[in-house]
Amino acid sequence: MQIFELSFVAAVLLAATPILYAALAGAISAQVGVFNIALEGQMLWGAFAAVAGSYYTGSAWGGVLIALLSTALFAVILAVGSARWKADPIIIAIGTNLLALGLTGFLLRVLFDVSGSFSPRGLEGLPKMGFLADVPVIGPIFAGQTLLVPLAFVVIVAVGLWLKATPAGLRLRGVGEHPDAAASLGVNVPSFQMWATILGGALCGIAGAQLALGNVTVFTENMTAGRGWIAVAAVMLVAGRPLWLPLACLGFGAAEALGFRLQGIGAPQQLTDAAPYAITLVVLVLTRIRFARSRKVSV
Amino acid sequence: MTSTPTKPQPRARRLLATALRHPAVVPLGAVVLALLIGAVIIAAAGLDPLTAYAAVLEGSLDPRQLDYTFSVWGFICGMALAAAIPLRMGEFNLGGNGQMVLGGLTAAWVALNVPLPGILLVPLAVLAAAIVAGGFGALSAPLATRFGIPIIISTLLLSPIAVAVVSYLLRFQIGEAGSAVAQTPRLPEQGRMWALGDLSYSNTGLLVIIAMMVAFYVVDSRSAVGFELRVVGANRRFGAYGGVRVGRLAFGAMAAAGAAAGIVGAIIVMSSPYRLIDGALISPGYTFAGLAAALLAGGRPALIPVTAILFTILQVGGASMERSADVPRQLSDVLQGVVIVVLALRTVLDQRRTERSSA
Repeated sequence: MQIFELSFVAAVLLAATPILYAALAGAISAQVGVFNIALEGQMLWGAFAAVAGSYYTGSAWGGVLIALLSTALFAVILAVGSARWKADPIIIAIGTNLLALGLTGFLLRVLFDVSGSFSPRGLEGLPKMGFLADVPVIGPIFAGQTLLVPLAFVVIVAVGLWLKATPAGLRLRGVGEHPDAAASLGVNVPSFQMWATILGGALCGIAGAQLALGNVTVFTENMTAGRGWIAVAAVMLVAGRPLWLPLACLGFGAAEALGFRLQGIGAPQQLTDAAPYAITLVVLVLTRIRFARSRKVSV
Repeated sequence: MTSTPTKPQPRARRLLATALRHPAVVPLGAVVLALLIGAVIIAAAGLDPLTAYAAVLEGSLDPRQLDYTFSVWGFICGMALAAAIPLRMGEFNLGGNGQMVLGGLTAAWVALNVPLPGILLVPLAVLAAAIVAGGFGALSAPLATRFGIPIIISTLLLSPIAVAVVSYLLRFQIGEAGSAVAQTPRLPEQGRMWALGDLSYSNTGLLVIIAMMVAFYVVDSRSAVGFELRVVGANRRFGAYGGVRVGRLAFGAMAAAGAAAGIVGAIIVMSSPYRLIDGALISPGYTFAGLAAALLAGGRPALIPVTAILFTILQVGGASMERSADVPRQLSDVLQGVVIVVLALRTVLDQRRTERSSA
């Protein structure tokens, strides 16, 4: 029984990790006042770049690096467009999401001459932490995971502390809270917004890499399948408190993992697929009831 | 132009400046730029852009194809309406897929189960689809006004739920027994869209969609509601201050958008092959082609039929491009994305202009 439960914890972590990286990207953007809904497309591009990178370099970590760099580059469109040129980040993001979907499918055909999915023999996936196998409790949870899984939590805590306790973090929060005030104190607002969005791209690249080289070892067209949107919802849920992100994302991870379990005992896949979205929506509504009350008073 | 290109006379320059400020310049420029970027991508892939684009045109505008092309144009126009109506008030409806499949499901259920003659059954099925999908779309309005969940997020979260539920119902509840594909039985004769002459793809559904576009044009330009939509789109606070009930307006706009998508779903299901097939409504990507057309038109009703032509050509011609020029059809998605990005980035021009005037 204990093994069963620990393996469930492992499944939850596995499902939550890509969402966690992407949600952190979204949360950093939110901190500087950019509504970033480009996560889905960036994660998809990251997944493709990771698989292509691993294939060409022969090393999974090479794939991660290429995913990180190329997705940061991909995020430059959103970063420069919204911060420097004051374009609508929502419209840019709708465009880049479509672009990522089209471009990954296109390149899949042009570079690898396959359509649908790509997993050549010898494609290097990220190594699992098998050396932990004999450690009680930690072993069953982490032995089958990649290093990127625990790293996600480290990165979130580090970013949370950085935002809270460093001058640069304070400025970054100020940019989102009151851009004019920040600007009058000599903070370069567009530059903060730009670099925060590019950093978000790098994180989405890692999210995609974990999805395509950690959770599985394959690239499939549209394999992110809405995870980027769940991440956007998670960002809304924690409303500017990045340290709460793990809780939100683990909740979604649990919904997905539970769905797999239920599928295993015969629940129809269509309904378990819908579960994360339904749960996300319900949780969003529940957490917003206070918002609704305050609105009723003011209107 | 009579002036030499090196030193334009003031009048010619003024004419040129006026011409550049024409509202059609930005969308046209976005399309041209997107096609150029597309050409670079094709060339970078070691393929021939000219052959590819020629194949796109040939595959979509060949006289024998026009019947099919027009039917797709209708679907894309309908989904463009689903995006454009909320866009007019500054909201994004990204849940067209869910609204469309719910409409398709409703129409199929009505056509299969209601014993009425065709003259009543066809309008009833379309109306039922509009009501169910419209109600589903309208859900997003109270979620936004009561709970502060942006319409763009709630439509995106609601859509896959609807798609999954319809897919489940098709596979396990109302699908045709013993069929390998999850699909409804063929709709009875009286539950099919009326044919237009001897065309095999375009049917009266196309006229329904054209009527919807005319209705949107009239409401948008001639009615108080249309004015309120545009005022709220331009400045939400000003609209609210001026007495517009934004919540109610959002409810109406999302209901109308959902209804438009639902009607598209109904028309597709009631056209050949006269069934609701799992995944068949969403796989052609009408929702995002429609969204791209609506964005390119800036939500303006009169421009939607025009911008929809472009995305119809890309959509229909994509398959023949793949066949004869060996360029993957995903290029259509790439071009849609590039058009939207380029359109969004048009602000760089405003930026330049203000920089120059302030310098």
